[in-house]
Amino acid sequence: MTSEERRIRADFPLLMSDSTAYLDNAATAQRPACVLDAQRDFYEHSNANPLRGLYGLSVAATDCYEQARETVRDFIHAASEREIIFTRNTSESLNLVAYSYGLSHLKTGDEILVSIMEHHSNLLPWQMVARQTGAELKFLECEPDGSLPRARLEAGFSPKTRLVAIGHVSNVLGRTAPVEEIVQMAHERGAVVVLDAAQSAPHMAIDVQALDVDFLAFSGHKLMGPMGIGVLYGKEALLEEMPPFLTGGEMIDSVTRTGATYAELPHKFEAGTVNAAGAVGLAAAIRYIQQVGFENMERRELALTRLAMDGLKQYPFVHVLGSDRPEEHCGIVTFTVDGVHPHDISAMLDSDGIAVRAGHHCAQPLMQYLGVWSTTRASLFFYNTEEEVRAFVESMGTVRRRMGYGE
Amino acid sequence: MENRTFYNEILTSHNLRPLHKHDVPDANLELEGLNPSCGDHIILKLKVADGVVEDGGFVGSGCAISQASADMMLDLVIGQTEEEARRLADIFLRMIKGKVTEEELDELDEAAALQDVAHMPARVKCAVLGWHTMDEMLKDSLSGGDGGTQVSTETE
Repeated sequence: MTSEERRIRADFPLLMSDSTAYLDNAATAQRPACVLDAQRDFYEHSNANPLRGLYGLSVAATDCYEQARETVRDFIHAASEREIIFTRNTSESLNLVAYSYGLSHLKTGDEILVSIMEHHSNLLPWQMVARQTGAELKFLECEPDGSLPRARLEAGFSPKTRLVAIGHVSNVLGRTAPVEEIVQMAHERGAVVVLDAAQSAPHMAIDVQALDVDFLAFSGHKLMGPMGIGVLYGKEALLEEMPPFLTGGEMIDSVTRTGATYAELPHKFEAGTVNAAGAVGLAAAIRYIQQVGFENMERRELALTRLAMDGLKQYPFVHVLGSDRPEEHCGIVTFTVDGVHPHDISAMLDSDGIAVRAGHHCAQPLMQYLGVWSTTRASLFFYNTEEEVRAFVESMGTVRRRMGYGE
Repeated sequence: MENRTFYNEILTSHNLRPLHKHDVPDANLELEGLNPSCGDHIILKLKVADGVVEDGGFVGSGCAISQASADMMLDLVIGQTEEEARRLADIFLRMIKGKVTEEELDELDEAAALQDVAHMPARVKCAVLGWHTMDEMLKDSLSGGDGGTQVSTETE
């Protein structure tokens, strides 16, 4: 282990106590001690129901929660904290947009455009909107390497396109979508863009104003924050005129027997007691990322990805999906092995102390499009080590032999 | 390293060189079994006459555990009565739940090699796919009904 690796890993209690080579970071990341401490500190020193009580402790809880919102706003460069809504995760954020914006703005004759690479969480909500409104769901089809060249975009857009929901980085191929181009084409046609940043937010700086996306969703747990906290960004003008998603406590100004007026943004979209400790933990994770620096994280992830891809190249029976260039993988290396099922691969790697994901990765339409039923995915994060990647590559060299193939 | 031994020669040879992975043209029972989330998939065909499983085979694709398990099962049940095949399926399903006696384990012959699946919860549905499919098929056949054309081990 290099001294840099040792220094980074010392921040993560699980990595220090567990010997697993954890290569399933695209599913969820590990948490640094500062995130765990921040949550504990909230419960030990500031816990009360935020946004409600008129006593000191509740004010403290509210302050912690709203400071976390400011940290998120700054992280994605939103114009106002009114544009930052805390949710449970990316799925809930996307459902919020689908139910609130989608159902109230789309109608028969409109088109919703998604890419074939979408995670199910950025597909099923739009299938629901299409079913309920009569709008048509269209697909942007990628090249086999996951790229979306101009011609593919032009084939997907039409004058009827009203909403484009696109994953920033594919959770299978690791490929980054051409967001600027998509946003420009969408806005030319009067369509809004919903960006699923679940897979990108942990790996790259995001500026929602520079990207000019209308909505953006991400989860806390993939960027080392707690599970159960997520974010929806929306442009204020859009959020302002959208109906509430969930109704109930915390999201109202006043209620009568038959009606209610809703609270101001962002509280209009945060019904019920909020996950303040989760928000505080997420803010701690963001500060941790800012302290490490995306440039350092990217440098390490690229080196590890290159090591993995170069290593797998020596095995003619392993086929990596997506681009040939490690720079275009965002730490995600998904592959198939001739004659060995991904579940058997992951079981064998598990017995070697290596954790990878196997299956359809919640992206079945992409799997069907690529003509594979299921795949194995190793996903790397900056805290992984060269030693772990070498062990993974070495294990991959044994899987066919262990399955009884004579070689 | 329990998995190192888990993928033993019995399992890998049934997966790579199955005896019963073929069509059965004169089969009178047929049922598709699948695990949608992993993509394991088999079509099981049996030829049953006078209450005896005279022949059987399967086609499909999936992980080594699902395919080898179906092959081991056919090794065991071809030539047996329907009741006996279902009794063996019951023993196998109980083995996977860790509730089986040593004597019963012996009756499963090579299929007992899958005993350790009991400690691999994510793989249970792979191991039971063939057995569950056969059990549904025979249960339906014995009751004279038409139970449909597809079963999944993920709906229980």
